[in-house]
Amino acid sequence: MLQNLKQSLIVSLWFVFLTFPLMVIRVNTMDQVVVWRWMNMLWVALASFILSYLWRYMLTRQQMRKAVAEEGGETRSKLQLLLEDMSFRYKAMGVLLLAALIFPQVFDTYQSTIMISALIYVVLGLGLNISVGLAGLLDLGYVAFFGVGAYSYALLNHHFDLGFWITLPIGGIIGCLFGVVLGFPILRLRGDYLAIVTLGFGMIFKVVMENWSSLSFGPSGIANIDKPSFFGMDLSLADSTIYIYYIMIALVIFTILVTNRLKNSRIGRAWIAMREDEIACVAMGIDMARTKLSAYALGAFWAGMVGVLFASKTTFINPASFTFMESAIILSIVVLGGMGSILGVILGAFILILLPEYMRAFSEYRMLAFGAAMVIMMIFRPQGIISNLRQTYQYKGLKGKTNNG
Amino acid sequence: MADKKHKLLEVKGLTMDFGGLRAVDSVSLEVHEGEIAALIGPNGAGKTTFFNCVTGIYNPTKGDILLHPKGLETRRLNGLKPNKVTEMGLARTFQNIRLFPDMTVLENVMIGRHCRTKAGIFRAILRDKGVREEEQLIVESSYQLLEKVGLEDFANEFSKNLPYGAQRRLEIARAMATDPFLLLLDEPAAGMNPQETADLDQLIRKISEEEKIAILLIEHDMKLVMHISNPIYVMEYGKKIAEGSPQEIKDNPKVVEAYLGEETDA
Ligand SMILES: Nc1ncnc2c1ncn2[C@@H]1O[C@H](COP(=O)(O)OP(=O)(O)OP(=O)(O)O)[C@@H](O)[C@H]1O
Ligand SMILES: [Mg+2]
Repeated sequence: MLQNLKQSLIVSLWFVFLTFPLMVIRVNTMDQVVVWRWMNMLWVALASFILSYLWRYMLTRQQMRKAVAEEGGETRSKLQLLLEDMSFRYKAMGVLLLAALIFPQVFDTYQSTIMISALIYVVLGLGLNISVGLAGLLDLGYVAFFGVGAYSYALLNHHFDLGFWITLPIGGIIGCLFGVVLGFPILRLRGDYLAIVTLGFGMIFKVVMENWSSLSFGPSGIANIDKPSFFGMDLSLADSTIYIYYIMIALVIFTILVTNRLKNSRIGRAWIAMREDEIACVAMGIDMARTKLSAYALGAFWAGMVGVLFASKTTFINPASFTFMESAIILSIVVLGGMGSILGVILGAFILILLPEYMRAFSEYRMLAFGAAMVIMMIFRPQGIISNLRQTYQYKGLKGKTNNG
Repeated sequence: MADKKHKLLEVKGLTMDFGGLRAVDSVSLEVHEGEIAALIGPNGAGKTTFFNCVTGIYNPTKGDILLHPKGLETRRLNGLKPNKVTEMGLARTFQNIRLFPDMTVLENVMIGRHCRTKAGIFRAILRDKGVREEEQLIVESSYQLLEKVGLEDFANEFSKNLPYGAQRRLEIARAMATDPFLLLLDEPAAGMNPQETADLDQLIRKISEEEKIAILLIEHDMKLVMHISNPIYVMEYGKKIAEGSPQEIKDNPKVVEAYLGEETDA
């Protein structure tokens, strides 16, 4: 305690010293005088002292929790326990669904648009969660599948006039096929090598789309993509935004449903086992190639689908929308939210997409805050916001598996 | 005695090179139905490498590994993927425990059922009646296996939170979930206290007698080996130096020199 205070004091003094020339001294070249901003020094001292103390406090608390865990005590947080309570979960889901449904009626088009992009990232996060969170295959080029879906719709719509609803599954399937094709060469790779190769895939996609002008119209992109049709009616901009919003809600629910079922299935368990220990997994009779490919392809499927929706929402796409930055953000959503946890990924997406939107005032510091948040997460909560809930089963009688995350 | 019983595993002249190092040097070995065979030898003798060759983790440099499942045709295991070997009815545990730490104890065993069940991706998404029943069967048979090894109270704990001895037993349960007719155990008693070792002794016998699973185990605990296994094979520097009943092994001067001489508890 006292130790912490002393340490923090030293840190704060050090910071004052470091920032002194920057924060305190200012040379006013017009009047040829030096301004001494002593107040700034006070602020720096105070802020660094508080932050440093908080940091130390959190660290000690974490140490304490670790000690409790070693003695076999309860380590689940209150939130975790609450989430494992089924009746609470159903109630919470009901409330959330209701809120989601009335959202566009209460808020304006601008808000709905922001919400749509957050929901797009929710689906992307859940898709990537299959390969990264469940199967443990680090994928730094995930945005390529998103791009494949978007370009599928843009091109099919441009050349063949195919509508949104037909292309939605087609986009997913094309994404899936790309997943399988790109999955083959990475079957033998692991860890860093896998990361590098997938990173390459992401880059290659963008470069190809920029340069293969006869196919993709190059950097100028494809414009005038149809919005989703509503029984052949033309919708106003506001109405069509609301319409897309509801499509997106449906897509999110669909994704949650499917990924949840997959996660708690024979295949999902194989993915998790592969993530935990490949050698033990293959020694238990699980076919690695198949399991890897299926995880990779299914992850790509969601990116392809939501890519179609993205293209129809913006009505214009070009390669610039599919940069490595996007892959990094989607990956951050998964890591920040909690690898493998569906609820965590959803929360992660909302935090990472909505916060910057509503804090436009600080948009210059966006990347800074992003990095800081990541570092802090990795130190204090490496398992993510929501760590994986333990799944319990019922052993007797032929009805009823319960609980999942 | 050997010629009456059905031969399950037959390894002939198995050799495994790692670059210039010959870790296993033309070792031959047989395991028959109903046997608890043991493979012993000093550290670095090549025992684990032998297991890794048989279970498909390494592709041996030379030699034949033949599996004779009862009532089915003989299969040569050389070059097969580990999952194929497991599917054929040969399961194993690991010397350095390889559980799935962030899965529950029950889920660890359920993984073993993977190769004996079928539900694919689409059916997992649809979750029709057949899939639900299959899931329930997986859960129940896995739970029964946990009861057999005495871990049912920990079913919903993460496996990383189990004590060491329990983790070893969980590995055995997980291997048994694949429905093997031959089980390879790599140092199952390592790190166990005498009480746990005595329980393990019982468990291995139970598996052999009640489940009719043949067992080949690597073990350094001579008391356990001499107590439960027959025949015993001895390896040193990659070569097989002796084989026979516990008494024969105890009396074999080569073995005494290579191995038992330095272990006073034999
Ligand atoms: N993958 C590998 N690459 C190179 N050398 C290896 C490899 N695996 C094992 N070896 C070497 O092969 C020899 C036999 O090792 P092995 O692990 O089979 O011994 P062991 O009999 O199981 O010993 P222990 O009783 O200590 O488990 C050792 O010298 C080891 O260093
Ligand atoms: Mg060994």
